Amino acid sequence: MTTLPPTPGQTVGPFFHYGLEIERGNELVPPHTPDAVLLTGRVLDGNGDPLQDALVEIWQADAAGNVPRGRAMLRRPSYIGTHPVRREGTEFTGFGRSATTAEGEYSFWTVNPGAAADGSAPFFAVAVFARGLMNKLHTRIYLPEASDALAADALLSSLSGEERGSLVASRDERGNLHHDIHLQGEKETIFLAFN
Amino acid sequence: MSLSSQQEITDEIRARHAEYKAAVAAGAPEQTQPDIGFAPYRSSILRHPTKNLKLVDPETIELFSPTYGQRDVADVESDLTIQHAGEPLGERMVITGRILDGDGRPVRNQLVEVWQANAAGRYIHQRDQHPAPLDPNFTGAGRCITNDAGEYRFTTIKPGAYPWKNHHNAWRPAHIHFSIFGSAFTQRIVTQMYFPGDPLFPLDPIYNSIQDQKARDRLVATYDHDLTSPEWSLGYRWDIVLTGTQRTWSEPEGAEQ
Ligand SMILES: [Fe+3]
Repeated sequence: MTTLPPTPGQTVGPFFHYGLEIERGNELVPPHTPDAVLLTGRVLDGNGDPLQDALVEIWQADAAGNVPRGRAMLRRPSYIGTHPVRREGTEFTGFGRSATTAEGEYSFWTVNPGAAADGSAPFFAVAVFARGLMNKLHTRIYLPEASDALAADALLSSLSGEERGSLVASRDERGNLHHDIHLQGEKETIFLAFN
Repeated sequence: MSLSSQQEITDEIRARHAEYKAAVAAGAPEQTQPDIGFAPYRSSILRHPTKNLKLVDPETIELFSPTYGQRDVADVESDLTIQHAGEPLGERMVITGRILDGDGRPVRNQLVEVWQANAAGRYIHQRDQHPAPLDPNFTGAGRCITNDAGEYRFTTIKPGAYPWKNHHNAWRPAHIHFSIFGSAFTQRIVTQMYFPGDPLFPLDPIYNSIQDQKARDRLVATYDHDLTSPEWSLGYRWDIVLTGTQRTWSEPEGAEQ
């Protein structure tokens, strides 16, 4: 039984970069390695304009579908002076953090998450933060393959076709993934609350 | 577009809060989170979803969290006053508290990240245009890992209030930004901690986006004289409760995978 009321969230504000940005924080695997996949997209507002001050986090299973239990290895090279935290090592930790660029784009070098169980649809768990956004938003980014699993997925099957589309990435001919996150508007992404 | 006056913003805040109170009196549930469509915060107008959040059962990866440990974070990163050759200007302070799940169980070995303005209300961030001085001895970013009791602790200086451009003569109450991981990704939270008795509270649309007074109070630290050190620093206490219950399994620190 849950008894304590939760602490409210607040906006990440405009000045989060030096507090939260991680060098190589978006490289879950080294870029351009054989199995590396580039996941990119933009974060857009209700006018379709890109957000230059959003922060996107992904958390995912490894390629075999297992929950990564590797330590994060996010170290500050020196605490004297102003040094950003840096991802060290190449252990797959399943977590990535990407601040959007001037064009509103986030990007991650990662691997395709595997299915957690036979017949389940693999996805990236996503948290979105931004100036102007009062609280975190959770969503998912599903891989476009495995159409049987997508059709059987509890969340996707409860949505209309258009809504479903807002949660499934597209794959280009080089194997890379693309997925825009619409905070508002006709193409508004489906965001999640958890039981 | 011309900026609203503080009076217009204050009136909008009051109207929204009156509506909320009437709704609760008529039986609506009390809110624990901010209203993400809170127009007095002008930047939120185009940046919040208008559809209801879709209620789902968390699955697989969402029930776990990235794992952190003492080897990720140096002890000294929790002291924001020793990151430079000299000492920062301002009121030296300690902020400490526990991170708990909804059942009151401590959230152990998890990462807490903070960032804040200096004593003059200026962020080191390059986009901060407030004409208050930078402090060459203060960056304003820190990290720590919660201990076995779920406690975090930072030594820093009290941040100043600062102006922003939401409306004419808009000022943010002094605050420290906190980012916290729970034991499930669903518990992820980024928030702001405020100081008791700030006269800017009724004027601030970000703080007031939380429509319930009891919920707003949960973001305000308590002054604690037992945490105050003679001839050295003032002490504040602030506990954080994450949404829901964590998995019962909690990884011991030092376990190698
Ligand atoms: Fe701030």
